[in-house]
Amino acid sequence: MTLTAKKIALSEKYTELFYANQSKLDEDSSNLFNRMREIAFKRFEKAGIPGFKNENYKYTNLERVFGKNYRHVFEYEKVDVDLNEAFRCDVPQLDTHVVLLVNGWYYAKNQPLENLPKGVVVGSIKQIANEKPELVESYLNRQAGLSDDPMVALNTAFAQDGFFMYVPDHVVFERPVQVINIMRSEDPVFTTQRNLIVAGKNSQTKVVFCDHTMSDCEFLANNVTEVFVGDDAVVDVYTIQNQNNKANSVNSSFFKQGANSNLLTSVATLHGGLIRNNLKVEFAGEHAEANVYGISFTDKKQHVDNYTNIEHAQPNCLSNQVYKNVLDEDSVGAFTGRIHVVRDAQKTNAFQRNNNVLLTDSAQMNTKPQLIIDADDVKCSHGATIGQIDEDALFYLRARGIGEDDARMMLMNAFAHEVVQKIRIEPLRDRIDELVEKRLKGELAKCHSCDKN
Amino acid sequence: MFRQGAQNSELETTENMLTIKNLRVAVEGKEILKGINLEIKAGEVHAIMGPNGSGKSTLGNVLAGKEEYEVLDGEVIYEGEDLLERSAEDRARMGLFLGFQYPVEIPGVPMVNFIKTSVNEHRKYKGLEPLTAGEFLKLMREKKELVHLDSQLTNRSVNEGFSGGEKKKNEIFQMAMLEPKLAILDETDSGLDIDALKVVSDGVNALKDPSRSTIVITHYQRLLDYIVPDFVHVLYQGRIVKSAGKELALELEEKGYDWLKTENV
Ligand SMILES: Nc1ncnc2c1ncn2[C@@H]1O[C@H](COP(=O)(O)OP(=O)(O)OP(=O)(O)O)[C@@H](O)[C@H]1O
Ligand SMILES: [Mg+2]
Repeated sequence: MTLTAKKIALSEKYTELFYANQSKLDEDSSNLFNRMREIAFKRFEKAGIPGFKNENYKYTNLERVFGKNYRHVFEYEKVDVDLNEAFRCDVPQLDTHVVLLVNGWYYAKNQPLENLPKGVVVGSIKQIANEKPELVESYLNRQAGLSDDPMVALNTAFAQDGFFMYVPDHVVFERPVQVINIMRSEDPVFTTQRNLIVAGKNSQTKVVFCDHTMSDCEFLANNVTEVFVGDDAVVDVYTIQNQNNKANSVNSSFFKQGANSNLLTSVATLHGGLIRNNLKVEFAGEHAEANVYGISFTDKKQHVDNYTNIEHAQPNCLSNQVYKNVLDEDSVGAFTGRIHVVRDAQKTNAFQRNNNVLLTDSAQMNTKPQLIIDADDVKCSHGATIGQIDEDALFYLRARGIGEDDARMMLMNAFAHEVVQKIRIEPLRDRIDELVEKRLKGELAKCHSCDKN
Repeated sequence: MFRQGAQNSELETTENMLTIKNLRVAVEGKEILKGINLEIKAGEVHAIMGPNGSGKSTLGNVLAGKEEYEVLDGEVIYEGEDLLERSAEDRARMGLFLGFQYPVEIPGVPMVNFIKTSVNEHRKYKGLEPLTAGEFLKLMREKKELVHLDSQLTNRSVNEGFSGGEKKKNEIFQMAMLEPKLAILDETDSGLDIDALKVVSDGVNALKDPSRSTIVITHYQRLLDYIVPDFVHVLYQGRIVKSAGKELALELEEKGYDWLKTENV
């Protein structure tokens, strides 16, 4: 087959899949989702699965993973998950509310969360969209729907369930919510998860997503998360990606921030196959601050691509981005950081940095800043480095009696630490430090065995 | 061939702490050290002087085990062992210490972790238990006082944002923590004010005992007023072209190196 023929075949495959299953999709979902499907699917069809020709997916060809055959989950599947095993991923010393999602669906045996602050709602987006549509309706797809990314449209077309959280105005929700996303199947499975977090005006909340696999087969996930940060709100969203190396995923996150709001979002990628993280922040009010961080460790044939897009649509906002990658063996990394400062967004501060360490000659890193600045009174900076371990630093440590392996470890930990130390939940920071160290020592083969190894 | 250092016979080699024989070293294909001979006995202080680029730091780095240097010929015996066979970390654990001319900044590696790991690696090599947190902190406090190292500096990353003088003091602080048998101090005096020079010298002298030796690489006679050498060597274009007692340093201060260049080349 020629490339174009392949592309058409791939596109037809999804067209067939959608129309053959549309009624099934509708059956086990809320009407709020169902009414978006067809329009979204048509949008997807126009572009299809992004290949190398798509400028935004230049470094990550999705055709390969999306071209394979998967089982699709169109209704809630009864699975039994050993909660003890799943909760081993729990963060010690960190008192969290824990909820579990399996293959993108809210796990039916989740215990109802107790002692939530008044008005806080946490649960299955499908269920809440049915029972309290007023909490969901004015937010669902309001950010994601503006995206021209076909993967986001594909998610909207197929989405049925996911994680939902609502924190009313002025509520300080102290206890972090930990969302454990588990992929588990005996055969390759394709999942679509749709998450929505709404933090009201002057509220505070913290969410930790942990992506794990509990079986060794191939997965493909196409996820979308929308986060609405109200005026004066403070929101933290952390993600730990630690799946088997055959688990591929596209994760698109959208943050919309009100005036004076403060966002910190950070992703740590430890294990996984092909991972593409799209992140968009849009400032919808002045004096808002977004801190966006990422750290990844890759080896073997891992492929991690972070694509960020900060939309400075309002004056006086601040964005800070630091992304770091440590690439070993034949792994491939990419970072694209787009910053757009609109004409009237004066006094914008936008900073971006991407630092990478290549541990082998065959590891590859692609990095591309993209600054579009239409205002004149702004402070913007960007910088990218691709280098090796600092040999002088290594010698300095060894010359003090520290063994070569330990010295390398210290330097890589130090490299990662700049990102890890920004985490605003101390026990989580310690936990990630520990995971990073295990990852570097090669002791973190599978997430759920983190304690076993 | 010019004979350097203590006038030992070959038979006495084993009594030396360090014996360097005909050491030839290249960097990136260029020969930098062109046959160094040097013998150092326990308790001795040797000063190495010489113009910029003559190979002084190269000698220090090769002894400490920097891998980018290619040893073309010669041997180095330290405490009866073939030093060049050992890794950099083992050399350090065996009691060899290099005070760097340009200490490296290592952002993200906290000073305390670094020193603690270093001290405990040295102890492990000797078959000793790691220090307890309390013992370690006490030792660190003692040694910081010894070299008047600002207490706050150990809360930072290794050398990060340290001033030139603070970096040098930090080298001496590490030396005091590790109590090496053979310390090679590469221009530890440059960048120090008079008070700091005194403090650093006191730090070195405090460690002085008949079982320890020191090599001081310096451009200035003034350091040698505080750390009095038994021998002064002049390194020029990769060779030791003159060795004598401490009076040589004074002579160099007065006359510069030109007279040696014409004498030997
Ligand atoms: N890593 C290296 N790569 C290339 N050349 C080097 C390297 N290290 C040293 N050299 C060269 O070797 C020569 C000797 O350098 P070295 O640093 O040993 O001199 P030095 O005597 O310590 O000088 P100074 O008094 O300026 O400190 C110089 O010409 C230097 O450029
Ligand atoms: Mg030098």
